Formats: sequence, structure tokens, C-alpha cells
Amino acid sequence: MKHVVSISDLSKKQILSILKRAKELVPVAKGKKKSKSLDGKILATCFFEPSTRTRLSFETAMQRLGGTCIGFADPSATSHLKGETLVDGIRMVAGYADAVLLRHPQEGSARLASENSEVPLINGGDGAGQHPTQTLLDLFTINEEMGKMEGLNVGMLGDLRYGRTVHSLSHALAKFNNKLSFISPDSLSMPSYVTDDLSCDWSSHNSIEDVLNDLDILYVTRIQKERFPDLEEYKKVASAYIIDSDLLKNAKSSMRILHPLPRVTEISTDVDDTKHAAYFRQAFNGVPVRMALLEQLIGGKK
Amino acid sequence: MSDNLMRVQPIRNGTVLDHIKAGRGRKVLDALDLIDKGTTITLLMHVPSKKNSSKDVIKIEDRELSESESQKLALLSPGAHVNIIRNFVVAEKNVAELPESISNVAICSNDNCISNNERGAKTKFNIINGNPLSIQCVYCGRKIAQDNIIFI
Ligand SMILES: [Zn+2]
Repeated sequence: MKHVVSISDLSKKQILSILKRAKELVPVAKGKKKSKSLDGKILATCFFEPSTRTRLSFETAMQRLGGTCIGFADPSATSHLKGETLVDGIRMVAGYADAVLLRHPQEGSARLASENSEVPLINGGDGAGQHPTQTLLDLFTINEEMGKMEGLNVGMLGDLRYGRTVHSLSHALAKFNNKLSFISPDSLSMPSYVTDDLSCDWSSHNSIEDVLNDLDILYVTRIQKERFPDLEEYKKVASAYIIDSDLLKNAKSSMRILHPLPRVTEISTDVDDTKHAAYFRQAFNGVPVRMALLEQLIGGKK
Repeated sequence: MSDNLMRVQPIRNGTVLDHIKAGRGRKVLDALDLIDKGTTITLLMHVPSKKNSSKDVIKIEDRELSESESQKLALLSPGAHVNIIRNFVVAEKNVAELPESISNVAICSNDNCISNNERGAKTKFNIINGNPLSIQCVYCGRKIAQDNIIFI
């Protein structure tokens, strides 16, 4: 494993090994145990579009392991605006650091960058493309919450058409033999270029009530206003896909709700105190998972 | 002089593309962007052939096909022959084999793909299916079917 551009760059075995190590690193991620496994190592964080969550979790992961970060949090701080190409920028920064984290608004930028980076390159999200560390932390969360990540019935709800997190997660969950239920309005349904490649059972639904009582996991994504030409239409659709504690009376008591955050109105705050809410633990899980990935990529000792 | 000789009159210098899949010749001409470029071109369509039942043939005078042009031909008609003619003699003979990937031959249809936005970036596609032709952008993952491929 040199670069991590897409979740499909990782074998099942590699994924399991990262998740196993992430579990061991939870006390370090919480600051209860100390580690120096990345002592003296430098991660360059290059954000050609801002993403506070991704940046903070990587910086935390690096520092908890004794490493440091250099980089920029938004493109106005770089010579990118002066017309420097991505490839030139990556070549330079790869000379300064032991690994590079790239966030970029255009699809395929991470693949292009990896072809020009001498050190491991991690894709921190490229446009509507890939965000493999999000998928790793989603898998880790499912495994932690359910005690396993195969043979589950996983529902995905909301914007399945443009939501890259649900595309990558679907592929990964299919590898581990889960059953997928896609719940969305027709206009935001899972694209065929995703479902064509799925090797597991899956089904599509318009209504959450159709499948809710069978689900082990419900993965909720935000329906974005920008996807609708008409504000009225948006309000109608968005209100039909709101999860509240009332609705959850029909769910299995072991059912857990995940969300990549930030949420707006799609999960009502009265769900936060129920046993179903796993999304804040999911957000924390980004740290140990990224720690485990960084250790494997830049060869820190265990 | 027989009909056949009239049709396939030898050229002094240039390229003869032979055994093009019957009916594909026009598409090949389009993709190679040879029309109205001042080059003398002969397109023969549905020529009876021993090898296949019929074929298309293109003769391009005073011009030799480049590597990327051969790749385009291979995509549109795998197995076509490329004969380079110098002074009435076949100086080189190649078969256009369907490559595993192509570089700088086609444009990605995703406007937000880095290959359309980075100065100096080359496009790169893997061939995911030969017939019907389907290619996939190495960078953004976009799959493009034959009829939607835009050649450079
Ligand atoms: Zn592309």
C-alpha cells in the first residue's frame, strides 16, 4: 500500500488490518495512553478547498502519535491562485513531508497527485469523487456498534445520487456481504454506475417506513437545497426524509444511525439521546482510523 | 483495367488503412480529423474482401499515421491494418491492436475532472470493453460509451 486514493485501492485484508489497529489506538486517540510511533514524521495537509472536520481529525491523529503537520487550510494561502499547477505543488510539498494529505474540489485530482508524489498520498476528498478515510471510519463505526460488519441490513437514506460517501460505502459493504436498502426520492436515487458494480443484495425504496423495522444500520445523508431548482419542491422532499424519535419506535432496538455530519434537519435533535444515535461516536472514530492508516503508510513502529 | 484496380490505385507516399470494419470508415476519418485538411483522401466502403465479407479502406496521401492516430483507429476498428507507403512500396505494416489503455487520445466528458482543468495534464483511459467500446477515465472514474467518446 503506497497511496490511498480510493477505497478500492485497499484489499479486504488491508481494510481489516487498519480497523484492527484503529481499535488498539482508541485509548491513544482519547489521550489516555501516549504513543510516539510517528515521532519526527511530518504530514503535509494540502486543502485546495476548506474542510475543517477532515483537517482537524488528521492533525489530531498525527499529533497523538508524536508527529507534526505542515500545510495550508485553504487555497488562498498558496501559489495555486497565482497559476501554479497541482502537480508542481505536490512535487514540492512531497519533498518536505513523509506523507501528503490532499483535499481538492476536482474529481481525479488525488490520482493525478499520487502519480507525482514520491511519498504516500492520502485522498482527503476529491470533488464528487472519493473520500476513502471517510469510508474506513464508517466501516469501523459499523463494526464497533454492531460487533461485526457482515451479514447486516444497511439502509442508506437521503441524497444517494450525488453523495460520494454512500457510493464508496456501498462498494465497501458489498465486499463484506451485507444487504443494502437504498431509500430516496426518485430524483436522488443511487446511480446505476454504482449499483451495476455491487456484488451483494440491494433494493430501492421511496419510503423509510417500508424497510425501517428490518434495518441494522441506517446511514443518513443530507439532502442539499442546491440540488433542487424549486425551493418548494426541496422543502417537500426534505421533510419526507426526516428521522425523529417517533419514527424510530418501529426500529429494532439494536439499530444504529450514522451520519457523516454536519447534519441540518434530517435527523431531529430528539434522536440524539436515544440508543440509536451513533453519529457523534462515528465522528470521533475518524481519529483512531486515520492514526492507524498513517502508521501503516509512513511506517511508524507499533 | 479491372474495376478493382481502378478502385485501389496505388499511392506513392502515405498511409493505407486496410481491413477497417465495414461501415466504420467514416467514423475513422472523423476521429482522425483528416477531412478538409488539404490531404488527398480516398475512402472505399464495403469493399469485397477475402478475409472478412467486406471492409472499408482509407488511403491518405503524403502523410504517415502517428502513434496516437493508430490508437484511435484501434479503438474504432481493432484489427485494422496500417500500411505505411514510401515510394509505392509498403515500408511498414502494422495491425492496430486494441490497447489496454490510451493516453491523450480522448477527452474526459466530466467537466470537473482534473484532466480537463490542470494545465499540461494528459488524459488517460482504461479500455473496459472492446465491443461495444467502453472506456473509463483513470482519474475521475467516468465511464464513456463509444458514441460519446470525444477524440482529441
Ligand atoms: Zn475524468
